[in-house]
Amino acid sequence: MENFEQLKGIVSQYLPDDVDASQIKMDSDFIQELNINSANLVDIVLDVEDAFDIRLENEDMDGMQTVTDALRIIDIKIAEK
Amino acid sequence: MGDRVVVTGLGVCAPNGIGLTAFEKSLNQGISGIRFIKKLKELNFSCQIAGSPNIEKVDLNQYFTNIQLKGLRSSGLIYGVIAGLDAWKDAQLHRSFEEPDWKSGIVFGTGILGVDKFREAIYKVDDGNVRRLGSTAVIQTMASGISAYLGGILGAGNQVTTNSSACSTGTEAVLMGYERIASGGAAKMLVGSCSDSGPYVWGGFDAMRILPTKFNNNPEEASRPMSASASGFVPGSGAGALVLESLDSALERKAPIYAEVLGGAVNSGGQRQGGSMTAANPEAVQRCITNALKNATVAPDQLDAINGHLTATMKDPDEILNWSKALDRSSIDFPFINSFKGHFGHCLAASGSIECVGTVLQLKKDILFGTINCEDVHPRILDLVDPSRIVNETMGFRAETIAKASFGFGDVNCCVIFKRF
Repeated sequence: MENFEQLKGIVSQYLPDDVDASQIKMDSDFIQELNINSANLVDIVLDVEDAFDIRLENEDMDGMQTVTDALRIIDIKIAEK
Repeated sequence: MGDRVVVTGLGVCAPNGIGLTAFEKSLNQGISGIRFIKKLKELNFSCQIAGSPNIEKVDLNQYFTNIQLKGLRSSGLIYGVIAGLDAWKDAQLHRSFEEPDWKSGIVFGTGILGVDKFREAIYKVDDGNVRRLGSTAVIQTMASGISAYLGGILGAGNQVTTNSSACSTGTEAVLMGYERIASGGAAKMLVGSCSDSGPYVWGGFDAMRILPTKFNNNPEEASRPMSASASGFVPGSGAGALVLESLDSALERKAPIYAEVLGGAVNSGGQRQGGSMTAANPEAVQRCITNALKNATVAPDQLDAINGHLTATMKDPDEILNWSKALDRSSIDFPFINSFKGHFGHCLAASGSIECVGTVLQLKKDILFGTINCEDVHPRILDLVDPSRIVNETMGFRAETIAKASFGFGDVNCCVIFKRF
């Protein structure tokens, strides 16, 4: 849950002005539902790397379509540290 | 003869004022926008002064979304968006939110964009860390980044492009927008130009030893157009923007009209006949002026005033000679002439558009703004022009037509003729 809040804080910075942070749920799809520009997913990945002190590879990013996906990958990367 | 074209909106982000009110006040009262820049001293520049817009007090959220503001390092882009959106608003126009506005386009030029962002990217690339560049390294540094940002914010659906012709860029953008409307290709064109601030843009000019070096302690006196003591141009930055519109479109929506664009001309001296990469071929300059007047169907003796390129180098007398020859007018018969570069220096790619905004204000307000720091007019200019024709103090004057010219590296020239409406 702590990771979710931290991720939510990051993702909320890339929401279009007409999407509120309260709409970020565990099963939210970044592009389809939160309307995040696909180019900004790159920035979210970089911010996640800084926040959790991990490194995400290109294939990790490909599998990151929802908030749940992202949290799962973050957990794996933290465990590998 | 194509559609008539008028100016219905103005916006400016200049070293001497952001927004029309501050900009006009500065031009009117001779308030300088040139400052000592500590960073340039620390970096061992010979010229440690410059003119750049003070955007500290501007609420950038009025212009950009929060996402756009994240990691935004391109100063020219910021100036250009401020000027462009202000001009659009000034023309009482709105953003298109659903379908693009197919009849509105953009020509917004620049010389080089996003230099500070590019520097940041270069460091990361050299460190083998290209994966950390983020998503905006391209859009902040591509030359057309400025027209692309403006196009996206406004929803422009006509031609959206960026021109680049060194210091004639801004004036050329006005002419390009004029031509597109006159030929029936668009109803409205947002035209203008922007230029980045900072040592990486200005350094190359410092290295060429063409900037003034004796005014680091009194920056406001450094930029001296037409003056005998001119010793180089003061580097500047910023942006200017104009909304051009077909007369029919402007009348139909009862838009405020500042002035009419009668036409103009653009050419190059081919770096021949005394022209070079950095010097103008005099014949080309004269042809450009002559062709602009022809295109505008204004006789040389009908021209009331000139806003020159006049950068405050030793080349200013040559420019005056070119005007005198092209118009076949001299001494008391010479049109009134001024330069705004005394106020804010040479804003490079942005200079033409910022100065076009000032020129249009002169027509609208029945005024000619005084040139700063030319109390000691160069003797070679006085051989050609009566001192009364050199506007060194702001004066009331109801001009019918004013010519604005800009000349740039690469031996390129542009001249646009504005008329009272």
